[in-house]
Amino acid sequence: MSNEKKQCKTTASLCVKLDKCEHYQKFAQYRDKILALSNESLEKTIAIALSLCFVCAILVSISAVALKPLQVENKAMDMKKNILDVAGLLTEGSNIHQDFAEKIEAKLVNMETGEYVEDLDVITYDQRKAAKNPAQNTLIPKDKDLASIKVKAKIAKVYLVKEGEAIKSIILPVHGYGLWSTMYGFLALDADGQTVQSINFYDQAETPGLGGEVVNPNWRALWSGKQVYSESGEVALKLIKGVVDNTKDGSEFQVDGLAGATLTSTGVSNLIKYWMSNEGFAPYLDKIRPECEGE
Amino acid sequence: MDNETKKVLTDPLVNNNPITLQVLGICSALAVTSQMSTSLIMAVALTAVTACSSAAISSIRNHIPSSIRIIVQMTIIASLVIVVDQLLKAFAYDVSKQLSVFVGLIITNCIVMGRAEAYAMKTPPMASFMDGIGNGLGYSLILIIVAFFRELLGSGKLLGIEIFPLIKDGGWYEPNGLMLLPPSAFFIIGLIIWVFRQWKPDQVEDQDFKILDISHGEGGHH
Repeated sequence: MSNEKKQCKTTASLCVKLDKCEHYQKFAQYRDKILALSNESLEKTIAIALSLCFVCAILVSISAVALKPLQVENKAMDMKKNILDVAGLLTEGSNIHQDFAEKIEAKLVNMETGEYVEDLDVITYDQRKAAKNPAQNTLIPKDKDLASIKVKAKIAKVYLVKEGEAIKSIILPVHGYGLWSTMYGFLALDADGQTVQSINFYDQAETPGLGGEVVNPNWRALWSGKQVYSESGEVALKLIKGVVDNTKDGSEFQVDGLAGATLTSTGVSNLIKYWMSNEGFAPYLDKIRPECEGE
Repeated sequence: MDNETKKVLTDPLVNNNPITLQVLGICSALAVTSQMSTSLIMAVALTAVTACSSAAISSIRNHIPSSIRIIVQMTIIASLVIVVDQLLKAFAYDVSKQLSVFVGLIITNCIVMGRAEAYAMKTPPMASFMDGIGNGLGYSLILIIVAFFRELLGSGKLLGIEIFPLIKDGGWYEPNGLMLLPPSAFFIIGLIIWVFRQWKPDQVEDQDFKILDISHGEGGHH
């Protein structure tokens, strides 16, 4: 009871204080004046528009800022989940952070030389941000820009799954333009840098049901065991129109195209061709290949 | 609950359903209904946005200059949609990824604008809020019915739980692939409209044109 009274008093005194405040009085006067105006007057129209924008802007920014940490955490978690998924290590109900920390090793690779970069923090490095930063990216000449991405980061973030010392899978970040959107994904290769284990697009906005089928697990399963490079060392892996005939020669370089999504399929073929070429990860794969042969 | 509130809440379910009678909000009804889980989230999101935007618009309705009326409504709706989108990204990340652009497209959902313009501009906030909830529920009802059939017939599941075991997993059900594509929602919504109009014949519209009966020889000039 006494508490309530006290509260009432404080609120009341606050109100009194607010009322006495000169600025507030002025504001209140102006507000009443505006509200009393005709709705169609120019002054009121402008005042209403401005104050509405002000209130809405505050609402939107509060929600964006307050929820940011949760969203960042979700994104990081989702990224780890996708990497575990493409490595075939995702088990339902297990702790994703723990699995990731135990099984996956992130490495930074210099795209030009294919050497590991050791003097950068692997955890905080963000390849997608770097690709947009003029200090950290290179422009791709038009005639070489198969994936239509215009720029690429000088340093890429790859992930390795190791068994003891031996590499079990190499997970490479790839991206390229489809029909509507840049499709971001991971390509997992065997230690030979030649055999595909899996592919996974984690960020794309292709037509749902057509090009959007790049995320379909059944289609993704078709990639397992496909070969990237032909004997002459060129990138031979691509999507074809229709269904691959597995009895024919060269079927190990072919994946079924997506029905009704020619442009998305071409986009996927192009991005594989680009990222597996000398412009992409070929120098890196050349560097780590002998390491495995030696064992 | 008094009668008026009850009417505002239940009328949009069948008698004045925004999808089947007013035929509004069809685009998102096609896009998000291939699964029950996405439809449920979309239904909740749309109901929340419609109710809150109607209430907000109604509370300032006497001061909205008519020359900028639509843009004021849009600003309020868009802000609420962004807040809902941010909330989903923070608390239901997987679903928000699946819904992708469709949460953002609530801004252009005709139901939200329709209620703001037709009801909230003339009615006090509380009633407008209830009207928003009612119309949101009407939309949700159709979305859930459509999603129920699409997910069940298209993938043999409901809310991701297997109901019909699929042939490829050793069961007996061959899924109907059409049900997973957006056009199937057209068929289902069409069937729902037919059922509703059989049940409530007063929903049937008058014909815009009378078809001439040429057997009487009146339409035979070529």
